[in-house]
Amino acid sequence: MYEGVVQNLIDELGLLPGVGPKSAQRIAFHLLAADPADVKRLAHALLEVKDKVRFCRVCGNVASEEDCRICRDARRDLHVICVVEEPKDVVAIEKTREFRGRYHVLGGAISPIDGVGPDDLRIRELMTRLADGQVTELIIATDPNLEGEATATYLARLVKPMGVRVTRLASGLPVGGDLEYADEVTLGRAFEGRRLLDV
Amino acid sequence: MSLYRDEGVVLRTHKLGEADRIVTILTRRTGKVRAVAKGVRRTTSRFGARLEPFTHVDVQFHTGRTLDVVTQAETLRPYGERLAADYPRYTAGSAMLETADKLTVAEKEPALRHFLLLVGGLRALTDGEHEPRLVLDAYFLRSLAVAGYAPALETCARCSAEPVRAFAIVAGGVVCGDCRPAGASVPAAETVALMLALLRGDWASADASQARHRTECSGLVAAYLQWHLEHGIRSLRHVERV
Ligand SMILES: [Zn+2]
Ligand SMILES: [Zn+2]
Repeated sequence: MYEGVVQNLIDELGLLPGVGPKSAQRIAFHLLAADPADVKRLAHALLEVKDKVRFCRVCGNVASEEDCRICRDARRDLHVICVVEEPKDVVAIEKTREFRGRYHVLGGAISPIDGVGPDDLRIRELMTRLADGQVTELIIATDPNLEGEATATYLARLVKPMGVRVTRLASGLPVGGDLEYADEVTLGRAFEGRRLLDV
Repeated sequence: MSLYRDEGVVLRTHKLGEADRIVTILTRRTGKVRAVAKGVRRTTSRFGARLEPFTHVDVQFHTGRTLDVVTQAETLRPYGERLAADYPRYTAGSAMLETADKLTVAEKEPALRHFLLLVGGLRALTDGEHEPRLVLDAYFLRSLAVAGYAPALETCARCSAEPVRAFAIVAGGVVCGDCRPAGASVPAAETVALMLALLRGDWASADASQARHRTECSGLVAAYLQWHLEHGIRSLRHVERV
């Protein structure tokens, strides 16, 4: 235990994902020893991100305006939507340069045991986007693990009556992992070899 | 350094750090074990899907100071693959895993009957012979019985008299007219018969039951389960009826 303000900082850092008590302590002491200007810049970046970044009203991706950069881009194919769990998955797929359509960020995957059901994700928003009949293909790129597969099954069943072609990234992605860890070549190939999801 | 080996069903996983997970496994001999699976979230992990929920695995652990570490895992039965492709069965299976986790409170305390019940439940769920919600209700009733909370279904839970008139969760099952507390529900006789068939594993009777009795049975079993488990079963509200 340290003096009030130092302990406060350690406690706050310890709440971040992937930061255990030891790392929190290490980061706190790094900040204490750092140049005040560097720390100010970090603090400013933290505040600015909460202030200026929001979520795209169309796709749920991070955006600096009402719509994200991808949704505003007129060159993107309006007929294909790729469904992902998190904004970081959009980044991973953009790196492959295989996909020219738009995205839909669900905000997670269906996991009843964690209390997450379909209503807790941006599924209603997705159905609204599909309602005008402009979209012809939905590519489901949820994580290649149990929750991701179950979410894909749920979406395929929901969307099927709308006559939209539903595809899933090819299994070449070893199951069990997180999409963000797939290398660009593997992910690119998974896009090319996507298969029709039949439910 | 101490290694031990067991077989078990992966109940749940939690992200840990950058690419690891903590996996909770209900094992045959050791009971519930929480262990670290290193690098398992990388798509190049040698563990692949072997440490995903529902998988029945043969697993080797290394005893650690705080948490044990999974050093090897081989799939015995990949129940998760089949379940993830069938949404109602996936939700029913999730409720089974959560119940097994909550009924085996202490870690590393042998819970063979809970393990056998879970494996049997997952097998029945993936076989697809019975309606998933019936399989789930049978699993609930039997795991409550293993935990010492079997509901009385034939004679009054309070005085053992017959005939019984109502079902009262607080009393522990069916009750006679004299013992009936206020607020007890009065289910159809067929519903109580269905509960008994599920508890005993009489599938011929259970499969022949009518939809309205199944619905009433699920409602009573769910209420009874939530009453006995302090924090309730979160998955239950997401379970779909076919
Ligand atoms: Zn957008
Ligand atoms: Zn009585």
